[in-house]
Amino acid sequence: MTTETTKKFNIDTVEHAAKTPDTELPWAELGLKQNEFDEIVKVLGRRPTGAELAMYSVMWSEHCSYKSSKNHLRQFGEKVTEEMKKDMLVGIGENAGVTNLGDGWAVTFKIESHNSPSFVEPYQGAATGIGGIVRDIISMGARPVAVMDPLRFGAIDHPDTARVMHGAVAGIGGYGNCLGLPNIGGEMVFDSVYQGNPLVNALAVGVMRHEDIRLANASGKGNKVVLFGARTGGDGIGGASVLASESFDDTKPSKRPAVQVGDPFAEKVLIECCLELFKGSLVEGIQDLGAAGISCATSELASNGDGGMEVELTSVLLRDPTLTPGEILMSESQERMMAVVTPENIAAFEAVMDKWAVEYSWLGEVTDTGRLIITWEGEVIVDVDPRTVAHDGPVYDRPFARPEWQDSVQANSFTGSVEDAGRPSAPTELAAAVTELVASPNMCSKAWITKQYDRYVGGNTAMAFPDDAGVVRVDEETGLGVALATDANGRYTYLEPYQGAQLALAEAYRNVATSGAVPMAVSDCLNFGSPEDPDVMWQLAEAIRGLSDACMELGIPVTGGNVSLYNQTGTTPIHPSPVVAVLGKLDDVARRTPSGWREDGQAIYLLGTTAAELDGSEWSNLRGHLGGLPPKVDLAAERALGEILINASRDGMVDAAHDLSEGGLAAALVESSLRYGVGARIALEELMERDGVDLFTALFSETQARAIVSVPRSEEVRFKDMCTARGFAHLRIGVVDAAGGKLEINGVDELSLDALREAHEATLPKYFG
Amino acid sequence: MTSIPLIGEAVAVAAEPRLAGAKIGVVTFPGTLDDRDAARAVRLAGGTAVSLWHADNELGDVDAVIIPGGFSYGDYLRAGAISRFAPLMSKIIDAANSEARLPVLGICNGFQILTESHLLPGSMIKNDHLKFICRDQTLRVENANTAWTVDYTDGQEIIVPLKNQDGQYIADEKTLDALEAEGRVVFRYVGFNPNGSRRDIAGISNAAGNVVGLMPHPEHAVETGFGPESLDGAPRDTDGLGFFTSVLTKIVGGDK
Repeated sequence: MTTETTKKFNIDTVEHAAKTPDTELPWAELGLKQNEFDEIVKVLGRRPTGAELAMYSVMWSEHCSYKSSKNHLRQFGEKVTEEMKKDMLVGIGENAGVTNLGDGWAVTFKIESHNSPSFVEPYQGAATGIGGIVRDIISMGARPVAVMDPLRFGAIDHPDTARVMHGAVAGIGGYGNCLGLPNIGGEMVFDSVYQGNPLVNALAVGVMRHEDIRLANASGKGNKVVLFGARTGGDGIGGASVLASESFDDTKPSKRPAVQVGDPFAEKVLIECCLELFKGSLVEGIQDLGAAGISCATSELASNGDGGMEVELTSVLLRDPTLTPGEILMSESQERMMAVVTPENIAAFEAVMDKWAVEYSWLGEVTDTGRLIITWEGEVIVDVDPRTVAHDGPVYDRPFARPEWQDSVQANSFTGSVEDAGRPSAPTELAAAVTELVASPNMCSKAWITKQYDRYVGGNTAMAFPDDAGVVRVDEETGLGVALATDANGRYTYLEPYQGAQLALAEAYRNVATSGAVPMAVSDCLNFGSPEDPDVMWQLAEAIRGLSDACMELGIPVTGGNVSLYNQTGTTPIHPSPVVAVLGKLDDVARRTPSGWREDGQAIYLLGTTAAELDGSEWSNLRGHLGGLPPKVDLAAERALGEILINASRDGMVDAAHDLSEGGLAAALVESSLRYGVGARIALEELMERDGVDLFTALFSETQARAIVSVPRSEEVRFKDMCTARGFAHLRIGVVDAAGGKLEINGVDELSLDALREAHEATLPKYFG
Repeated sequence: MTSIPLIGEAVAVAAEPRLAGAKIGVVTFPGTLDDRDAARAVRLAGGTAVSLWHADNELGDVDAVIIPGGFSYGDYLRAGAISRFAPLMSKIIDAANSEARLPVLGICNGFQILTESHLLPGSMIKNDHLKFICRDQTLRVENANTAWTVDYTDGQEIIVPLKNQDGQYIADEKTLDALEAEGRVVFRYVGFNPNGSRRDIAGISNAAGNVVGLMPHPEHAVETGFGPESLDGAPRDTDGLGFFTSVLTKIVGGDK
């Protein structure tokens, strides 16, 4: 199955390159710096060929090489104890990390960004973001079981926001729904800092038996290399099109899209086809094709294996026969995989391909030369040490320094500011404030988005939006399952990056524990501005330091993730936005705790204490203020709270639990009431006296390490004893009231659930139809 | 403690060894998504699920067939338009029309395949609001005498998930009148028509009542805790199980 090549290119062979050292090469147009090009020449001992230049340029890009962040990211691997490694089956560096779930089960998950493409072409950008992360999960040998999507858009009333929002949500739905993967949660934030740089992150999680774990490496001399799935086209080549100068003729299709175009049906078939390959143990190594396409797959497979690889590039099946070698190497066409197959398994491999009607072509084989050799009709156009392409890219120690403006920002507290004038205190004002909060862009119901996603497919979704975490059953016999939550707060991180990143972790950790799951592992997507700006570089360095310290303290390792830099318009970067995903384990998903109460008369407890922490809060954001210091981080308290929530869930002591985060207690009370349309009567006088705060602060402060729970009467004594024994502050603040249809808070005018629901749910439809 | 059941608890199906012998085939096309869910529903109802592959030429000894939901062939042409020509489909069409009247259930994409196959009249077009929609949907059982509904009662309201992009049922007025007159409207949307379907039709049957198609997904409402939301503590998440117990009851020939 080879493609007939009708076009003849003026091929820049290795031999030719050696003879023509002075040929001008378009390295600058491909994004390489002078020192990087010089390094390539040094590594090769000659000038690179056009094809080699294409490979190095994409593999040494920021996106693929992490050259600006690598020195800092090391901390995720260094700040790890033996205890934290205990359940880590595969760590950072593979397509995705793998964590042991017990009973022979393993889980793999990862979060990635697809930010820039989603701004240029929101539908395809977001769709292929899902596609890419799902292929990472398949590459590990896992069956993908769920996706999540943290989204950050510009101002809700900006005309361009609707374009990005409609496209991204439709793209995630259009692709994810067609794959048969339930969408179990995510985030939605509107802030003008994301106007020209929306953040579209995607998370996928997959499960497998231990013995099914697959790694991306090409081992065993004589084993065959195969490319399968969609054909290779001109999409996603981007700036690389300068290599069109390799061609003799200029009749090529013009204006190739820099954004890849997704085909979810091809991906769905690819998933099933790969799982069948794994089941039959028909592949030795496997790698998905994402950024940098064949360049990445060949160099990574070869350098992670024990030898080299030889590949004939004209064997690649093409959608567009006019593609040049360089373009074929760089194409980011979606829905493709590369695998290494032993000669004995070729027939069985082909039978699986034929069953699923998936196209494939044999490209070459594994060698023991330690070289990656790529030929074009037999002529050598690439001859490199694959490690130099995949792993030995440039690493930069970018200068960073605490911004000069940081002090003045931190000195500008909300309390007492102009924006704080007229702080609500009368019962009518407080009722209006609660309603305004839950109708605000960041706190309103996300149902407009989530009802466009299939949350049922697979039949294993035990919890999804709007609960604190998404919960998926893994083992139908035992009920073993996983919980996942993603969180980030760009405002907190802008005010204090070290703390902000820790707060993101703390919230995701709390969300997972609130669902009743034991937090086990972390994946992070670090969305920042330009690393060439020392201010931004400081934010990044501080965020990584903060996050790695906090992971160590909470005892959960980072197993993978992604860095997205250059998210800025002109010289204005986005708020630093480290999106943190935490994965937890539930021995039996039947014990998961939903966020809403249902049973009349159950006691409502607030766990944790409340301080006056309004800086960076949703309330201050609603008043147009951003300054001061974010809420304090207390990881020991987070851990203690987590243990209480997990035990309470396991022992049936709570029927509902909801974490307190953005919007504070006010938001949590409304959300827990609206979840099942069951209200509550709340009195906060005792809390105000104990913590020394007024009613407004009690409702709107965003102090961390807090949660509300509803406790059955029969469990109250046991629950209180547990909190007391653990020395954790707990206070009965009210009771579930099923009959009233309202949320009553002493000192606040009555809030009918119907009115709250209307306010909560009307916002997105108002702006997006 | 509360009366809210733990999810994953055994559903209310009496263990009936006689049902286990009944084999229900579940067809997989390229792009089918809910095949494992349909098989699980059959198992939870007490029957035995058998995987069927679209390219096969034999139906085997199955007693009924479910064509599950998904996006076969990506719905790139017209939902169900390509799958309709699968070799197995011609066997299913023959068996459904034969004397034996093989019971066939088409769910979502399966319903679309059944209309494309002309086993059922009418067609589905894009939802009137043009978006994918996923929601817990109330349905009224209008005909509890088909192969797939005998365990329900006429007029019973059930809640099952709905999730689709092309769910708007259309047919000409004459066909619609005939369906109504012959009692072949099996399910109707209640409270909210989620896609603009004519006369709120959610599902229909053929004249003999052995072939039923509907857009909502009963196979996602068969297990406590994994189905539609149970409000006020009243479990409603196994409302879809009746589809599968109905056909098993019919196959083994027992009384209702």
